[in-house]
Amino acid sequence: MNIHEYQAREILRAHGIPVPPGEIATTPEEAESIAARYGGAVVVKAQVHAGGRGKAGGVKLADDPADAKEKAAAILGLEIKGLTVEKVLVAPAEDIASEAYLGIVMDRATQSDVIMVSSEGGIDIEEVAASNPDAIRKLAVDPRYGLLPHQAMGLAWALYDDVKLARQASAIIMNLYEAYQAAGATLVEINPLITTPEGEVKAIDAKMNIDDSVLFRVPEVAAMRDTSSEPPAETKARDAGLSYIKLDGQVGCVVNGAGLSMATMDMVKYYGGEPANFLDIGGSSNPDKVVTALEIISADPRVKSILFNIFGGITRCDDVANGIVEATQRIDIDIPLAIRLTGTNEAEAIEILNQAGFTAMTDMDEVVKAAVELAKGDASE
Amino acid sequence: MSIFIDESTRLVVQGITGRDGGFHTRQMIEYGTQVVAGVTPGKGGQLFDDSVPVFNTVVEAVEQHGANTSVVYVPAAFAADAVFEAAEAGIKLIVCISEGVPVQDMMRVLPFVREKGARLIGPNCPGLITPGVCKVGILPGQIVMPGPVGVVSRSGTLTYEVIFQLTRAGIGQSTCLGIGGDPLIGTNFVDCLEAFEADPQTRAVCMLGEIGGTDEQVAAEYVRDRMSKPVVGFIAGQTAPPGRRMGHAGAIISGSEGTAAEKMKAFRECGIAVAERPADFPELVGAGL
Repeated sequence: MNIHEYQAREILRAHGIPVPPGEIATTPEEAESIAARYGGAVVVKAQVHAGGRGKAGGVKLADDPADAKEKAAAILGLEIKGLTVEKVLVAPAEDIASEAYLGIVMDRATQSDVIMVSSEGGIDIEEVAASNPDAIRKLAVDPRYGLLPHQAMGLAWALYDDVKLARQASAIIMNLYEAYQAAGATLVEINPLITTPEGEVKAIDAKMNIDDSVLFRVPEVAAMRDTSSEPPAETKARDAGLSYIKLDGQVGCVVNGAGLSMATMDMVKYYGGEPANFLDIGGSSNPDKVVTALEIISADPRVKSILFNIFGGITRCDDVANGIVEATQRIDIDIPLAIRLTGTNEAEAIEILNQAGFTAMTDMDEVVKAAVELAKGDASE
Repeated sequence: MSIFIDESTRLVVQGITGRDGGFHTRQMIEYGTQVVAGVTPGKGGQLFDDSVPVFNTVVEAVEQHGANTSVVYVPAAFAADAVFEAAEAGIKLIVCISEGVPVQDMMRVLPFVREKGARLIGPNCPGLITPGVCKVGILPGQIVMPGPVGVVSRSGTLTYEVIFQLTRAGIGQSTCLGIGGDPLIGTNFVDCLEAFEADPQTRAVCMLGEIGGTDEQVAAEYVRDRMSKPVVGFIAGQTAPPGRRMGHAGAIISGSEGTAAEKMKAFRECGIAVAERPADFPELVGAGL
């Protein structure tokens, strides 16, 4: 799960990391009054779950409250990577002497959390990694012992020669690791970590991704989910226990299992179609899930055919068949279906479908070809 | 022969009295697996289905019934602790089926399992099956048949699809296993390839990867440098958009890393035949036998 910058800043602040103040505005007028309260120049930053906000015009400096209102008006409603900006963060502009990068990421290769620092801050760290990899210092934290103070200090020395700055940075690194662990994060980045002319080290930006599987343990973080920033269909799917991602094609897909779902989408492409979505109905075979899946997919106006690919293991084919029949009775679907069911209770499933006037196939390639053909033909069948 | 499980497997089921644990225990017994004990804290002393003794702790199952393998069906929040318990009790092969185990839990348990000299398969995996001999996990027994092909996969139902296609074409399997769809797992592709290379029954291997991470690229280099047996590979997620988690927590393209194209390229460069469709496996594997 992604959280917004302002939410990540709250988490960091709660763990003792120096983060300058900032408030959220949803209208230009609110931005103006926040700026008036702070006095002086402010920075207005789009709060969306997308990188590259600055380049997209989502981060602007404002000289005074009137300017803050103007800048907020320009940013609110802006589209960044397909997401509409609904909120901006208004924060006092800081005097910056230097910019650095500090991040922690869950690393699959070393199966540990890796802390990364670079004195080249304020720019995309992936660019630094590509152009000047030596400028990034990394440390894999041994999960048995956690981050040790001398290790944090070692990283801090890579950023600053001055001991006062290094001590501050070291404390920030220790606290950031603690915040990362407490929130169940898989990524946290402070970019930039700045020094001020007065010799203070501060975090003026924060990005955090949370492991979805840990949310049950950190309800206060789970409550930060912003459903307004994701497509409503994805929220509906998640509430029903489905894993759904919308794409732009014409062939709707309902599959059990993530790997088979991806492979089914790939086969749609292989046979000349484009998948409309990823949808995994999961291991259980509650007919209600099938109904919700069909509701979501049939509401997408681009969908011209719906493909079911079910390999019964734990999932029972007859449950899915009942779900299909029930869904077509409950909601009006004028999109043709191509159904493949094989495995557990396959014969019962085919019988159920035949009685309701559907035909079912048992081969994956056949059903994908049929669905692609249906999508190309007349949608009214 | 086979890898990881065989006639000597003596299984303890952690979470045997749960809905999933109970259902799959019956299926495993029916398949011929020696289920010697179950564990559910607080239900020690009971008999599961009037036949399998239930204990409060794994160590009792090891001491009293010689369990050497465990399968974990407990809810995600308690799964890592169950793995810790099994490793501490001296279990050498731990198969964790549970889905949704927090990454931070896995990060703590993995070094412990290694220190104890145990092997963890999973989490978030379907387990493994040696056709005609033993199954540990949830793979459907009716789609496999004994033979010379090893199957290793990050997926569940996609694995079933490929096994089904092989069996339909008359190509049997030595051992089939799913290693799990999470970003942190106990046993990776290379571990399995190494075992298949050493297994005299296995004459070819099917490897089913997906987007996310670099395990497939590392495995491809292993095949090039260390394997004599032919390997056929497939990568799911060619049409997946970057930055989105495709169901499996580990199936995510981050930046330019972990794309299907990159992995298929690595396969080809290392001499792995690439199946473009699951249906291509029988022909490509058949050619290597």
